[in-house]
Amino acid sequence: MSVVPLIETRDLNVHFGGVHATRDVNFTLAEAELRCVIGPNGAGKSTFFKLLTGQTRPSSGQILFRGQDISRMRPHDPGRLGIGIKTQMPSLFNGLTVYENVWLSARRVNTAQQARRITREVLERVGMWTHKDDLAGVLSHGLRQWVEIGVVIAADPPLILLDEPAAGMSDGEVARTAELILEINRRHALVVVEHDMAFIRMIAKKVTVLHQGAIVREDTPDRVLSDPLVQQIYLGKKPH
Amino acid sequence: MNRFAQSWHSAALSLAVGAVLLFALPGLLDEYTLLQVTIYAVMSILAVSLAFIWGFGGILCFGQAAFFGLGAYTYALAVMNLGDSTLPFLMAIALPALFAALLGYVIFYGRLSDVYMGVITLTVTLILFNLVNSTAGPEWRIGDAPLGGFNGIPGIPTLNVPGRPDELLSPGALFTLTGVCLLVVYGLLRWLIASKIGRVIVAAKENEQRVLLLGYDARAYKLFCFTVGGAIAGLAGCLFANWGAFTSPTVFGLAQSAQIIIWVIVGGLGTLVGPVVGCVLIQWLTTHIGTQQTFNANLVLGAILLGFVLMVPRGLLPSLGDLVDAGLRRWRQRSPRAAAATPATAEETAA
Repeated sequence: MSVVPLIETRDLNVHFGGVHATRDVNFTLAEAELRCVIGPNGAGKSTFFKLLTGQTRPSSGQILFRGQDISRMRPHDPGRLGIGIKTQMPSLFNGLTVYENVWLSARRVNTAQQARRITREVLERVGMWTHKDDLAGVLSHGLRQWVEIGVVIAADPPLILLDEPAAGMSDGEVARTAELILEINRRHALVVVEHDMAFIRMIAKKVTVLHQGAIVREDTPDRVLSDPLVQQIYLGKKPH
Repeated sequence: MNRFAQSWHSAALSLAVGAVLLFALPGLLDEYTLLQVTIYAVMSILAVSLAFIWGFGGILCFGQAAFFGLGAYTYALAVMNLGDSTLPFLMAIALPALFAALLGYVIFYGRLSDVYMGVITLTVTLILFNLVNSTAGPEWRIGDAPLGGFNGIPGIPTLNVPGRPDELLSPGALFTLTGVCLLVVYGLLRWLIASKIGRVIVAAKENEQRVLLLGYDARAYKLFCFTVGGAIAGLAGCLFANWGAFTSPTVFGLAQSAQIIIWVIVGGLGTLVGPVVGCVLIQWLTTHIGTQQTFNANLVLGAILLGFVLMVPRGLLPSLGDLVDAGLRRWRQRSPRAAAATPATAEETAA
């Protein structure tokens, strides 16, 4: 009996005018898997996330979530089905408090009482409980990243997409974020887009490499990072 | 908005002050002044309707007067046909709400930008103004009630005790009813803003894309917010028609729409009490300027708007709140005993 993947894309293509941003992407992720996606700027990583979350509609191809086609859904449906995303630029409600940001996420799928409990648990888990009454707009970049991860996990989605979760963080913060992601992976599947190779080595078991909108390699971090083609397209080294 | 403004303490304080005024003013004021205060309260309800949709929903509606006018005309036409005012009172709230829902559906589900939203709401108001303005002929009537065109509708029967068309409300009773309506609208909106729906509405104002990614249908929440604003403006229109027993197409006019925006800007966007204060101050000023011939009232209103936009952009109440907050902080820093009595929390220190 074949196991239905958590998320699967079939021959996914996106054209923006004359730009072919996503090319025949066939991507499969199992339940509770952790996958890192790497690629140079303009490789199509953020477009890929926008496709998975309904922010961009594919020109052709399918996106299946647990076997259900979600490629033509309304913009809020992927979130409702259980796809959570932390965008590249922290995208919080700046005029609301840290608590309210996380509570809004928890409240959509829970009763008021459960939402309060979950909000507290999540804020303690990401180490932000002491900042609960601060406005999200006044937080530093690193703290905003953690609040945004908290916002995503508060809805308990089966699939979490993290776009550059360690960007702009100190070494200590990067290590803590890696621990947090591994802990989240105990219950949730994750796709993590990141540029920091040290960070990728801390968390990844399997890496997908995107280049010019297409998947060019998919393997373990060591094999991918030592691959001559990857070194050429991603790290700027010529193959020997 | 500072924390006090968001707290239940501020809501309770506002309601308490409102209740005291509601009970005290009829005994303190003569009938003419009480009538003046009644119209301030009516317009305050209208101000609150825009304060809610603009300040909390981020929807800048240039045509709030459309719902106000619809409320006034719905009540007038319905009560002149039905006699008893109970159903017309409810219709004057429901019809503008329905109209707002239809208009809002086109705007929000059509994914129109803020600029087009402003243009459409303004245009709809002006269309209604011109439409009603050109219904002066005797052939323009609904049932027994003539629309009156530019002459308006005089002699509108005022509200009666429900089920008893002969027992009309006195000016004092109309003041009490208007005051109660204002307090109920304020209380319900504060409750709504603090609820899940209200938090999503505020969040959609802050970042609509994020709201969608969380799985909330932002369009539906905005539509709800806009519809509630239309219902409240309709209520204000109904009470306005009762106050003067008269309504005319000017209720749909550009001046009316602009005034509501000025009340909100002067009082403070993002609060409900601020626009009430702004409305009362501007109304009082307009009335007093109107009694003398030295200054043109519109010129003074324009100068006030410019002055506020340039010098007090956040409006009266939020700016006052900031001043009080700054004063309290300075007092705590200077007085070690006060600081010990009210220690700053870790969160406040971090903020």
